[in-house]
Amino acid sequence: MSYAKRSRQEMAQRLAADIHDGAYVNLGIGLPTLVADHLPKDREIFLHSENGILGMGPAPAPGDIDTDLLNAGKQPVTLLPGGAFFHHADSFAMIRGGHLDICVLGAFQVSASGDIANWSTGEPDAIPAVGGAMDLAVGAKNIWVMMEHLTRKGESKIVARCTYPLTGVGVVKRVYTDLAVIDITANGLVAYDLVPGLGLDELQGVTGLPLNAAFSA
Amino acid sequence: MIDKIQGSLAAALAGVQDGSTVMVGGFGDAGLPNELVDALIVQGARDLVVVNNNAGQGESGVAALLASGHVRKIICSFPRNVDSQVFDELYRSGKLELELVPQGTLVERIRAAGAGIGAFYTPTAFGTELAKGKETRRINGRDYVLEHPLYADYALIKAEAADRWGNLVYRKTARNFGPVMATAAKCAIAQVHRTVALGELDPEAIVTPGIFVARVVKVPRVPAAAIAAGRQ
Repeated sequence: MSYAKRSRQEMAQRLAADIHDGAYVNLGIGLPTLVADHLPKDREIFLHSENGILGMGPAPAPGDIDTDLLNAGKQPVTLLPGGAFFHHADSFAMIRGGHLDICVLGAFQVSASGDIANWSTGEPDAIPAVGGAMDLAVGAKNIWVMMEHLTRKGESKIVARCTYPLTGVGVVKRVYTDLAVIDITANGLVAYDLVPGLGLDELQGVTGLPLNAAFSA
Repeated sequence: MIDKIQGSLAAALAGVQDGSTVMVGGFGDAGLPNELVDALIVQGARDLVVVNNNAGQGESGVAALLASGHVRKIICSFPRNVDSQVFDELYRSGKLELELVPQGTLVERIRAAGAGIGAFYTPTAFGTELAKGKETRRINGRDYVLEHPLYADYALIKAEAADRWGNLVYRKTARNFGPVMATAAKCAIAQVHRTVALGELDPEAIVTPGIFVARVVKVPRVPAAAIAAGRQ
């Protein structure tokens, strides 16, 4: 059967629809930042940035850039009315202390037991850089990963065991891919919202791991 | 009369010894005390250990300090950037030691030093390469890694305004590491855009009380266009 993968914008839209009214949310660098453009207009959602912002707004108009107002990706942003600034120790207390409802991270791999690898390819000559990824991975109440289902070579990024260096152990609760949404549960992987035309058997085939259907979805 | 406001960047940096550990505030360009960093290169202290979230961008600021050859080691969370070429080359050629620390652990180690904490357990990095060789402990069913405080001889930070007692207020996300680093250094040096009379800063809004600040130096604000040009 033929099917179309979700575009990056469609993935962001699908994920954003699951963020509840009043949620405190951190969007990781890369793919997850797209989610900010799709937050449901009828909900108030607080975006957190590691470098010290709650209530982060969209990018400013070109003439309104303030070099003292950056996001964690070091891009210029704005502050919403009611937003706040704070120092790094407070910011990571919010993260590590479990005060964020949702953190969305990109990843190289996610394991069936919720391990995440997203900070290093492990190549010997790579410049290592971790930033706040390991703090976010252990800290937020819900770690959601947003990533393409397959590598460019067609290998599943959802794996039995991560082969890349780990960022966090057993922390990921849900993965949004360009093929489906997959919950990582104590009873295994539960797949739902598959793209139209894609069957569970075929998804299981490309993933290479047992997938359960969600009956309530 | 107590007046922590120095007449020049050189006076603000007087006495920095070879081998010092120097914290440098800032995240990206926001809050980076570039003028103090430039003056530290001129001051000439060598064999420095630098603590900053990043490892310099472009050719100025922390990148220029690294390029000067005055730095033995950098402790940071995210050295890699599209324009971190100075760090990349020094690191790859083995001329600069790197201690990579998760960002939240980095700032908490700094906080611990300033707050008199002997060590602490954090869940961050448990089970990863960055926790290798470190003591771990299971507390109430959760796994933690033991981390130690990070002290400094000097902290170079950037704030918006100060009075002569060293009370500081910051501007937007330029606050980032500044207030925490100020607590962890034997001598915290703040560059500010404005100096004001005692009593002008709202006591309810002072972020860093002067007890944490040894020296203040006033530096003119650089227009955004000039910052952008300097990065190219």
